[in-house]
Amino acid sequence: MTTALNRREFVAGILRDRGDLLVVGGLGSPTYDIAACGDHPLNFYIWSAMGSSLMVGLGLALARPDRRVAVITGDGEALMGIGSLATIGAKQPGNLAIVVLDNAHYGATGMQPSHTKAGIDLAMVARGCRFKTMIEVSEPERSAETRELLFAGDGPIFVLARVEADDPPRVYPSLDGHATKLRFMQASAKDASLCFGRPG
Amino acid sequence: MDDPITLSSPTRSDAAFTWPDRIYANFKHARVRQVGYVPDTGHARLITLCQADPEIIDVVLTTEAEGPGLVAGAALGGQRAALLMQSSGVGNCINMFSLLQNCGFPCLILVTMRGEFADFNPWQVPMGSIAEQTLKLSGFLTNRIDRPEDVDEVVASGCDMAFNGNLRIAILLSQRMVGHRR
Repeated sequence: MTTALNRREFVAGILRDRGDLLVVGGLGSPTYDIAACGDHPLNFYIWSAMGSSLMVGLGLALARPDRRVAVITGDGEALMGIGSLATIGAKQPGNLAIVVLDNAHYGATGMQPSHTKAGIDLAMVARGCRFKTMIEVSEPERSAETRELLFAGDGPIFVLARVEADDPPRVYPSLDGHATKLRFMQASAKDASLCFGRPG
Repeated sequence: MDDPITLSSPTRSDAAFTWPDRIYANFKHARVRQVGYVPDTGHARLITLCQADPEIIDVVLTTEAEGPGLVAGAALGGQRAALLMQSSGVGNCINMFSLLQNCGFPCLILVTMRGEFADFNPWQVPMGSIAEQTLKLSGFLTNRIDRPEDVDEVVASGCDMAFNGNLRIAILLSQRMVGHRR
């Protein structure tokens, strides 16, 4: 029998004692999973632009080589930006981890099957895209090992987390993109003046 | 390290100091640190200048649609980013532009126009002819440049408004200026 992770418990496990880890949440269910761990100023939630989360993570990781960056997204969102795996592979950011919560379904729209349900293997794609570290997880006891990778693994890192195809209660963080952006920048900026547009 | 090209004192002859060099000089002046692009003939020289600059991270994209996400991530990390694309690439980006508008991220895009002047390929016309309107509808202010001598002023303005004002600015480089496609 194949096992699968409880997505809420898995995400809570990898974000435990997260310190200054920068987290980008992909559109849809992963946002609720991240918010369910408790809202945090170093979370950037994406509520539009499906398929963009991997690139937001790349831009952030390149801008902040002094920090670890984790993108937590779903299989549907990752599939929509699948070319970004190649773009990340070409840049080889050592501080970036992509965590795909793969339930093989589009949870936000009524649990229609995704390509991963048809056997498309995103970890194999990541391997082909020169990710340095790849891990497939379906056992809850491996969340600590996964967490360790986010903080100290050799990036780019790809985590394929096989999660149950369920639809847990939604936990909504703020929908205000300006507020989320500013809060994130103020909490993470090396130079707080960079948070605001200003002449000069 | 001094910038190899400065705004105030061009060190080359006017003939060699082409419009891509002027754009690059403005990138340096505005402290642009990430440049995302899909390879393009019109932007070839500017891309080469960015690749050669250790202060600029150049990111080759598989599709222009990756660009807005890159820009957003760079801004979250405190870096200024610009995108280079052809007019055809504008269409690839439309939904991704929502990220920039929803969060007020600064974004500067340099667009080389296709399908508008002596283009051998009529298939470039449908997207080229709606690129500027598409950008406006997507929340961008647009400027168009037809003459190389206008590049400095317009790109400087674009950098100021994008990065100092957290706005979306697109600069369209006319096909007549960039060069014909045969």
